[in-house]
Formats: sequence, C-alpha cells, structure tokens
Amino acid sequence: MRKYTPKDNVQKRAKYNDRFWVAPTVPRLEVEEGHFRDVADKMAGSVEVLDIYVEIGQLVIHINPQENLKALETLRDECGYTVCSELSAIDYLARDGEFEIFYQMLNIKERKRVRVITRIAENQAIESIVPLFDMAKFAEREMYDMFGIYVNNHPYLKRIIMPDDWEGHPLRKSYPMQGDEFASWYEVDKIFGKEYRDVIGPENRDQARVDRYDTQRFARVGKEVPFGADPALVDETETPIEYSSAPLADYNAGKHVELDKRK
Amino acid sequence: MQQPNKLKPFFENLNFEREDNTMVINFGPQHPSAHGQLRLVLELQGEQVVKALPDIGYLHRGVEKMGENMIYNEFLPTTDRLDYIASTSNNYAFAHAVEKLIDIEVPRRAQVIRTMLLELSRIISHLFFLATHALDVGAMSIFLYAFREREYAMDLMEDYCGARLTHSAVRIGGVPLDLPEGWTDSLSKFLDDLPEQIKLYEDLLTENRIWKMRLEDVGIVTPEQALSWGCSGVMLRGSGIEYDIRKEEPYELYGELDFDIPVSDRCDSYGRYRLYMEEMKESIKILRQLIEMYPETEPQLMAHAPRYISAPKEEIMTQNYALMQHFVLVTQGMRPPKGTVYAPTESPKGELGFLIRSEGEPYAYRLKCRAPSFFHTGILQDLLPGTYIADVVTIIGSTNIIFGEVDR
Repeated sequence: MRKYTPKDNVQKRAKYNDRFWVAPTVPRLEVEEGHFRDVADKMAGSVEVLDIYVEIGQLVIHINPQENLKALETLRDECGYTVCSELSAIDYLARDGEFEIFYQMLNIKERKRVRVITRIAENQAIESIVPLFDMAKFAEREMYDMFGIYVNNHPYLKRIIMPDDWEGHPLRKSYPMQGDEFASWYEVDKIFGKEYRDVIGPENRDQARVDRYDTQRFARVGKEVPFGADPALVDETETPIEYSSAPLADYNAGKHVELDKRK
Repeated sequence: MQQPNKLKPFFENLNFEREDNTMVINFGPQHPSAHGQLRLVLELQGEQVVKALPDIGYLHRGVEKMGENMIYNEFLPTTDRLDYIASTSNNYAFAHAVEKLIDIEVPRRAQVIRTMLLELSRIISHLFFLATHALDVGAMSIFLYAFREREYAMDLMEDYCGARLTHSAVRIGGVPLDLPEGWTDSLSKFLDDLPEQIKLYEDLLTENRIWKMRLEDVGIVTPEQALSWGCSGVMLRGSGIEYDIRKEEPYELYGELDFDIPVSDRCDSYGRYRLYMEEMKESIKILRQLIEMYPETEPQLMAHAPRYISAPKEEIMTQNYALMQHFVLVTQGMRPPKGTVYAPTESPKGELGFLIRSEGEPYAYRLKCRAPSFFHTGILQDLLPGTYIADVVTIIGSTNIIFGEVDR
C-alpha cells in the first residue's frame, strides 16, 4: 500500500519526534499598568477583545474579523498607532480550517508595537484597511496572491507577485514547495501549448547534472568537440589543453596577507 | 496588437491605440535604472505621468516558502539573497528574530563584531545607493568614485568572512569567527580615508547646480503619506519624522553607542540624499567606538544554550554530550518554543523585520519577511502621478529599493 501523506499540509515536517516531548510556549504575560493597559482599555471600549496578552514585548490583541477596520481605527486615532508596518496571514486550514490574519502596528511616539490578530474561515472575506493605511494597497494584494484571501473593497485586488494567470496560492500549506503540476508546466503550456509537454519534457532541476552527449553546453571540458556536433559521431579522445605555465599567485605566501596600502 | 506600417511604426514598448491622448509606456523590467526588476506601467500625458503602476514579482523566489521548509540554521544563508547589497543586515535580522524567540543572550564580542558588520554593510549599501542614484541622474564620475570606496569596504568584508556580497557572517547565537589579526587596523585605516571621500562626493554633488535641479522638490513624500505607506528608514526620516529603530528600540550595542539620527524635513529627493551622506558619517562614528570596544571583550563568540546552539568545536570534539547535541541540532534542527515573534531592525533600506510563528517544530510555521523596499515600491504609485517622466528615474533611485527583498 502507498504510504499515506496528508494533502492539506505538504510542507516539510520533522522526521523524528520524541513521543513524550511537549514543546514549551513563549510566555504570554498579563497586560500590566502603563501604555499597554491604556491601549487594552480603549480597545475593549470599542471592539470585542477575544484575548489580550503581551508576547516578547509586544501587545497581542485577538479580535473578531468583522471588526478589523474599527479596531485599527481605534488604534490609529485614539492610541497613536499611526503606522501599520506589516499585514499578512498564517495558514491554519489543515488544523482549524481557518486563516489567521495579523496586523503589525507601530506607535512612533511611545515606541511600542501591537499585533492585532483575527481569524477567518477559508471562504470568508476580510474588509480592506486601505481607507486607514495606504500600505494595504500592496500588502493586501500580496496576501490575496499568496493565500487566496479575498479582501472586500480593496481598490485593485489583483495578483502582485505571481503572474495574473497563475493557479493556486503559493504560501498555503497545501501548496508544495517544488510547485504543483500547473507550475512545472507553466512556461511550456503558455508558450507552446499543452501538446508540447511530451516534446519538451519535464524541467530538470538537478543542478549537478552532466550530459556527456550534450555538445552545446559546457559539459565536455577536456573532450571538446565542435559546437552542436552530432553526438553519435563524436569521438571521445582527450582534447589536448595547454594551460598557461605562469605560476598562480600564492596569496598565503607571506605570514600576513598584505592588504591594499590605502586601508 | 498594432499593425506596423510606414506611417505607424511598431514599438513593442508603446501603445498608441487609445481614445484619449495619453500614452502608455512600459518602464522595465529590463531598464538599467529600474534597480533590478521593476516594471512600471506609466500613463503619460505629454511628458507628465498621470498614472503609474508598479508591477513586481520578476525576482520572486519564494523565500518565505523556503523559510517554512528549512530548519532555522539552514535558512540563514538564504536571507543573504534578500537585500543582496547589504546581506549582513538580513542575516542579522533573521538571527535576531530567532534569538528573541528562543530568548538567548549573545556574547559581547559577538555583539561588537555584529554591530561592526552591520555598520560596515550600511556604508557599503549607502555608497551603492549614492553611486547608482548619481548614475541614474547622470553623474557618472560619482559612480566610479563611490564604487572605489565600496570596493575597499567589501575587501574588509572579504577579509572577515570570505564573501563579498553574500556574507552569511552572522549565526543564530553569535558569529562563527573572530576578527582576523589586524582587521581592526585595516578598518580604522579605511575609516580614516572615508571622510575625505565623502567630502569629495559632497563637493561634487551637494551644491552642484544640475544635481540640485534634478533632485530638489522631486519626489515629495509628505509625512502623512510616509506614515500611511509604512515607510521606514531614510524615506521616513527624509519626511521629517525622527524614527530610527537603532535609537528608539535599540538592539545589539546601539543602546551604548553615541550617534545621532539625521532628519530632514525637506521631504524631497535632495533631503534624502543629504541623509544618506550624514548617515555614512554617523556609521564612521559608530565604527570608531566599536573598534575601541573590541579589545575589552571576552573571546567567547557563540551563546551558551545547549538546547538550541551547538557547543564550540573543541567541546564537540572532546565531550560526548556536546557531540550528541551537535548531531541532533545539525540533523534535526533546533526546536524553538511555540509562539510568535516580530523583531524589527534598521537595515540600510529601512525597517527590516522577520515575523516568525513557531509551533515547536524545527521548521518555522510561518516566516514573514517585512521588507522596507516592498512598501517603498508601493508608494511609487502615489508618488509618480503628476511628475515628469525625466523625474521618474530620480524618484525610483531615491527610494533606494532593491528587488531581492521586494519580491522575496
């Protein structure tokens, strides 16, 4: 029987796992008095806060996906988080059937960072934060491109990194690292058509491959033949190569390597 | 598709078949001043840009995906290929994020060496910016002068780690090697010479009439725009907002070092050019302090955290337990605790941070690289409309974007 491989997460996994090993967790601290307490209070006043804690010096706020715009507006206008430095998603489809979307916020005056986290189901869309932060014009496009998360009311939701006619969303856990069937034939299908797959053959990704009958590339050092010569007629005798008799520079001759005088 | 004939010549780059009298042209991706692989679709009305559409993705290699399929130490050399002009800053940003996640303290000598390398690569990157920006604008000789100095700086890098562009000179938990003998002397010689060279560049450019005409009031980024677009680094400080992560959220030794953060409220390309020059001078100041700090440190280079980091070579070769640990760490990889970390650092281009979500596995569950250039490319779509086509190149140059980290 063929070995079972899960299809929903095809990323690399640890080969050996200790049965009794339990991974420790980064400490999640209570929100203490100070700036983060104020932020937590203001957030609780405007949106429903599902969970809130401090992780590695940054406040993490879990909210409902419907309230993302409101939450970020509160953060920006009332708490001084005027910069959204990053936004993207994490694929938890295999485990929970959900995406986790995070917004990484920065307060320039207080020098504090907050991460707003929300979870959406696979076919659920999220509201765009372009009205608040221009950076989402690019970042949400990237999120859509990489995860296939639709963003409502985005002015120009289009693939940004992958080609427009690409199939699949590369950062999903179900997308293999080497690319899928579509990816491996993308250029051939596009330029020549599907019927040419047999003629051209699959892409060879072995970087160390040497084809001794290839007379067009540098595979025959020491046994040179005319460019493009018929491999059947090629004779395999050694080509006499004359190397220069000048000695190579010995960089380690002196005890200390002499650098340029100017340094 | 156009039908070329004698009256209507065919240019594959231009599209004349439009109802209104705007012209759509393609800038890049193989344009010499597209800084790599930027494709800009520009809609022109006469010489004025009415719409700009940055199109990226021509250098996409799936670095984030690779990060999720490699153990942490394996991924570190891949980060070299993000911002390949100053690769130490990427190595460091990644190592820094992992170190925060596993909560380890880096030995002081390693910190000194790392900070030195970071500042040296800042100088390398800023010289590269100056050279290419000047070349784009049309000042050829600056390009040659700046590349000469950059070559000496890269020689120093080469003396330390053997590589000129892809350094991988930082490891998670410290640095692999001590500085070679006489390296700090070579560095101080380089630093003695650099201010003269910077003065040469400034003499050639700062008051140069053509340079000023090309740069002044070109590419104006208002403070609101800069904040909204998540600009960082010089793009942010060039708009009058003083925020440098080295100063505001200090990491490594930046908390102890004495340096200033130059800020300009001109908001234009000229102000940003001045900032780059000033930042190089600050880097010289920092490096001078670090040279003095170096001899006072203990020779330990890697952190002691047997759960995550291999023991020094002598211990591996002499002690059984260290060898076992090393074997497990190399074949399986370290397993950081479950949790998320976002660690911002100030790379020469701006805020470079890695967000790592760990599920307790040797592979990161999600690795997001927050690259400054990504957003600095995005801002082009708001910055370019209204400017003239001759200024497009200046604006792209002054954002100092690098496509290794835009496309990742």
